[in-house]
Amino acid sequence: MSDKIPVTVLTGYLGAGKTTLLNRILTEPHGKKFAVIVNEFGEIGIDNDLVVGADEEVFEMNNGCICCTVRGDLIRIIEGLMKRKGKFDAIIVETTGLADPAPVAQTFFVDEDVSARARLDAVITVVDARWLKDQLKDAPEVKNQIAFADVIVLNKIDLVSADELVDVEKNIRAINAYATIHKTTRSAVSLDAVLGKNAFDLDRILDIAPEFLEDVHVHHDESVQSVAINLPGDIDPEKFMPWLNEFTQAEGPNILRCKGILSFKDEPKRFVFQGVHMILDGDLQRDWKADEVRQSKMVFIGHKLNRAVIEKAVEACRV
Amino acid sequence: MIDASESLTQRVEPIEAGEHVIAARFIGEQPVLALAGGTVLLGMNHQRVQPHGDAAILVASSDDTMLLTGGDDGKIISTKPDGSSTVLGDEKGKWIDAVAIGASGSTAWSTGKKVVARDGKGALKEWLAPTTAQGLCFAPKGYRLAISHYNGSSLWFPNTEGKPEFREWKGSHLDVTFSPDGRFLVTSMQENTLHGWRLADGKDMRMSGYPSKTRSFSWSHDGYWLATSGADAAIIWPFKDKDGPMGKAPRECGVRHSKVSAVSFHPRALVVAIGYEDGCILLCRLTDSAELLVRPAVQNEGRITSMGWNKTGNRMVFGTEEGAAGVLTLP
Repeated sequence: MSDKIPVTVLTGYLGAGKTTLLNRILTEPHGKKFAVIVNEFGEIGIDNDLVVGADEEVFEMNNGCICCTVRGDLIRIIEGLMKRKGKFDAIIVETTGLADPAPVAQTFFVDEDVSARARLDAVITVVDARWLKDQLKDAPEVKNQIAFADVIVLNKIDLVSADELVDVEKNIRAINAYATIHKTTRSAVSLDAVLGKNAFDLDRILDIAPEFLEDVHVHHDESVQSVAINLPGDIDPEKFMPWLNEFTQAEGPNILRCKGILSFKDEPKRFVFQGVHMILDGDLQRDWKADEVRQSKMVFIGHKLNRAVIEKAVEACRV
Repeated sequence: MIDASESLTQRVEPIEAGEHVIAARFIGEQPVLALAGGTVLLGMNHQRVQPHGDAAILVASSDDTMLLTGGDDGKIISTKPDGSSTVLGDEKGKWIDAVAIGASGSTAWSTGKKVVARDGKGALKEWLAPTTAQGLCFAPKGYRLAISHYNGSSLWFPNTEGKPEFREWKGSHLDVTFSPDGRFLVTSMQENTLHGWRLADGKDMRMSGYPSKTRSFSWSHDGYWLATSGADAAIIWPFKDKDGPMGKAPRECGVRHSKVSAVSFHPRALVVAIGYEDGCILLCRLTDSAELLVRPAVQNEGRITSMGWNKTGNRMVFGTEEGAAGVLTLP
């Protein structure tokens, strides 16, 4: 598990500050070597790192799952990089401003050769504080990029007022309730805020503040939203897992991402799951600590999710 | 079961390759290893040359005269058994995704959608595939190249002006191979299946049931059998009849608790060398399924990535993901 190469996916709309962040990651003294997969060779110039050009070739998996798309070029590039083990410590994938992050993320679950060797560390989305509101109206890609983020770099905050900034944050929270937000100018964020997050181990979703969620829920009627659920006590895996499978199969095209940490009855370990569209991945991880409150937390991010229906279904799985 | 007395392990001479072995081949009587770090290792005295300088070797192929390598420097280089090398093509730093060798010194390579064919005299022809070219294979006769890509494969005559012939089948096609009689074209797919076309009438063949991707093919010397990797045994499809494997079950040789990662048929007999993810190698005789152990499973040396026989079939070279390699000499 730990010897898998960590992969950081860098997304963000045109002009948000992605390349600035990438350059910052690559030039800061951190003693690490990166393999960087970019779409255009251009303003990034680095000596020590391995830069690979990609084509963003997205294709459907021929497996009956309509929303299951992967990046064919990524599979090939990672296969090539893995022959040079030891030449780099981590991989960064930069996507174009218009890219949907789903195929990138799904590549790390669907392709067995890739998932055996590399693991998605985090999806980092750079957001332009000045233009986000307009972009949310005009560019559906921006919503998806925010929905997919584990970490959001809210950039160019020097170009907005304090009130505007609060608004922008609410806009983001309405779409994605659990991502960590870092407010920056010129993408100046410390590297440990974006690298080595192991964001897919999901600990952070424990930090969601439900009040805040309710608040933004009332304010916005975004086409992409988060449904977060927090249940104290245990749930019954015999009930929950079949429901989760059915739900993601039925609603897969609408669910952009889901994550959860579950407290199963009579199980000393925490069960952690995550998914992208219809693809689910989950296993038992560490033990519940003695001083930890046993509870189940999960987040579904997507289009047209019916909060009441989800809440009712999950509630029915309580022990 | 494998009888210890039926073991050939004492007849393997190890080679310290030290890097991921991309291809293990014989050129004449000389074992040759193409290594991911860019080194080509020649002969039993382990002469090392660096045709790609500091760059990596990504793909390789070989025939009786040369090793053909494609690197992440965008170069396509032919290396002779004496260690001398010639740059056949230069795609300016783009990764080379596939290479192939045809008759009379012809070669081909691809990077992204761009496919280049080079005839024996050095004339270059280019074609842009509809999507990234994943695999290349020359037809056994004539100057004709098969290219596998997304949603099918294309058959291209580089010396004619006409559009390549497109054979459609939904999904992502990885590697491609012609049957030695030129009647069938077979691809491996992202979805853990093989797809075949009978070229005369375009009839589709689906060869499924693999738990993982097939990344190694090998035809028997008589052209009647196709051995494939990707399952817990070598899956060997019959191609003798005019319908090929249609409606027939494949043979399974060398069933073990490890996936087959490489296959290589003996050049003169119905014996197939089977390499596994745990590093084990068996020889298996098709006629009676008798097995001989060449190499036991070895921890931390990685899967077998490539194997190749010399022309007479008394020696075989192999290499692994972690840089172990060796040469088997048969009694």
